[in-house]
Amino acid sequence: MRKQINQRQKAKILAAVVTVVLAAVTVCGILFTEAAMETDFLSRNQAPSAVHIFGTDWMGRDMLFRTLAGLSLSIRIGLLTAAISGAAALLIGIGAAVLGRKADASISWCIDLVMGIPHILLVMLISIACGRGFTGVVAGVALTHWPSLARVIRGEVLQLRQAPYILVAEKLGVSKMRISAVHMFPHLLPQFLTGTILLFPHAILHEASVTFLGFGLSSEQPAIGVILSESMQYLTTGKWWLALFPGLSLVLVVLLFAMLGERVRKLLDPASVHE
Amino acid sequence: MKHRLGFAGKKLIRIALLLLGVSFVTFLLMSASPLDPLQTNVGQVALGSMSQEQVEALLAYWGVDTPPLTRYAGWLGDVLKGDFGTSLLYRRPVLEVVGERLSSSLILLLSAWILSGILGLFLGVVAGAFRGRLPDRLIRGYCVVISSTPAFWLAILLLLIFSVWLGWFPIGMSVPVGMESSAVTVFDRLYHAVLPALTLSITGVANIALHTREKMADVMESDYVLFARARGEDARGIVLRHGLRNVMLPAITLQFASISEIIGGSVLVEQVFSYPGLGQAAVTAGLGSDLPLLLGITVITAAIVFGGNLVADLLYGAVDPRIRRGAAKS
Repeated sequence: MRKQINQRQKAKILAAVVTVVLAAVTVCGILFTEAAMETDFLSRNQAPSAVHIFGTDWMGRDMLFRTLAGLSLSIRIGLLTAAISGAAALLIGIGAAVLGRKADASISWCIDLVMGIPHILLVMLISIACGRGFTGVVAGVALTHWPSLARVIRGEVLQLRQAPYILVAEKLGVSKMRISAVHMFPHLLPQFLTGTILLFPHAILHEASVTFLGFGLSSEQPAIGVILSESMQYLTTGKWWLALFPGLSLVLVVLLFAMLGERVRKLLDPASVHE
Repeated sequence: MKHRLGFAGKKLIRIALLLLGVSFVTFLLMSASPLDPLQTNVGQVALGSMSQEQVEALLAYWGVDTPPLTRYAGWLGDVLKGDFGTSLLYRRPVLEVVGERLSSSLILLLSAWILSGILGLFLGVVAGAFRGRLPDRLIRGYCVVISSTPAFWLAILLLLIFSVWLGWFPIGMSVPVGMESSAVTVFDRLYHAVLPALTLSITGVANIALHTREKMADVMESDYVLFARARGEDARGIVLRHGLRNVMLPAITLQFASISEIIGGSVLVEQVFSYPGLGQAAVTAGLGSDLPLLLGITVITAAIVFGGNLVADLLYGAVDPRIRRGAAKS
């Protein structure tokens, strides 16, 4: 009995630590945005040292500050897009399951459509439609990540609709809107929350990828994608630190988000609550 | 058999409708773009020094002056006749450009697809069979890290290590620079494709391995495996005879469903290695607002993805008799 409680507590502590670390990175990034822009032409292209842990780039900017600012931007975009995508998935998923056959068929068709175009290509297209830049990336990533979660929620609602208490509510004449909001939503919450948190890693990775290709954030912004695409020009001359550290930090942040999602899933999922 | 044909026919109609949707959405997105193709390709300065007629000729060339719906109708009519239009940047028929690019991408895509499929299945089976022990932990850790790694950064990393640092592989391109195309051998092409293909394979493994692991772990806890154990079958026999067969099915479906991801990954990887494949053409077309080419690429990749899904559906029925019978009943 004691061990079970410990397992849960461990998961809670880990989730809390991860959240704090991510929040710290975000705040640091915002605070260091100024420092990331600071150029110092006396110390250009320096390899990592005690003064500049991540080295400096061709304009003498400190790579640690640039990386932090980039990560912070990535996390904020990730939060925004995952929230939009998650909300869209919830509405569309419930809509598909509740609004009747025709709505279901057309929504399934839309999901197939979005899943048929390779993700990165679709993000590119939407970003172009919005004129690239910040709006382009946010719209592109937010509008492409809902289908898989929407499918999960649709399946869940379809099962739930046959549950006795929902049938009773229907017989009692409770409206569809009210049933979805009051009776179904609380049941979907765990799935929805974990699904949304697990959208972050994808959202962040796609944001960085699209920016890297030149369809996302403009080159003045301190984004990880921009840093890495700039570093491509200096690879052959052996400036490995320009690519290694920013990329590694991005991987770490994404891993932390994935871990957070796993922990939350374990805490909320009834099947593994007592593990 | 009749049921299977009917099933395939229905799927084909659905695919055709989906492709129509894909082309329409792509067209809509491209024409909604506020980016002016003249500004991006000709440049502000050159545009200012041109005469009115020249600018108008350019407008007509990039198709800016015709309303989008008319253009879409025209495009669709041509496509039904087998003509995908002419690429504005390359000034060649879209089908020719796509065909050429696709054939050089195909080595990458196919080798990465097969390699990641086999490796992923193998790792997944091993991890599932050793669930909770060291091999499982290692494989799972690898998969989680890899699925958190952006493909393009991994490509940069491999480029740094193997091309810049060790000098084993060329920096990029699909053939040696400054060589006549007749002098390029098959070996050269393969040699240049090794690193990009390796990157794609490494990233492709994670998904299939994780899913196979789950299935395998379920199988290992099932009653029939318990019975097999009680009969005295050894671990290898159990894994090969009872495990592998049961995890093959979902693995096949997953592998066909992953085509879209591999193509998506190739866009990034080709960009890093400046490998002249389909993905790189897509990026060029997107940055240069080359609508016909991007439209062609999107529709053709979507067709490949849907085709993969169809094959998976049909294979599923062919491999698993229960599904075949279930389809016949309904």
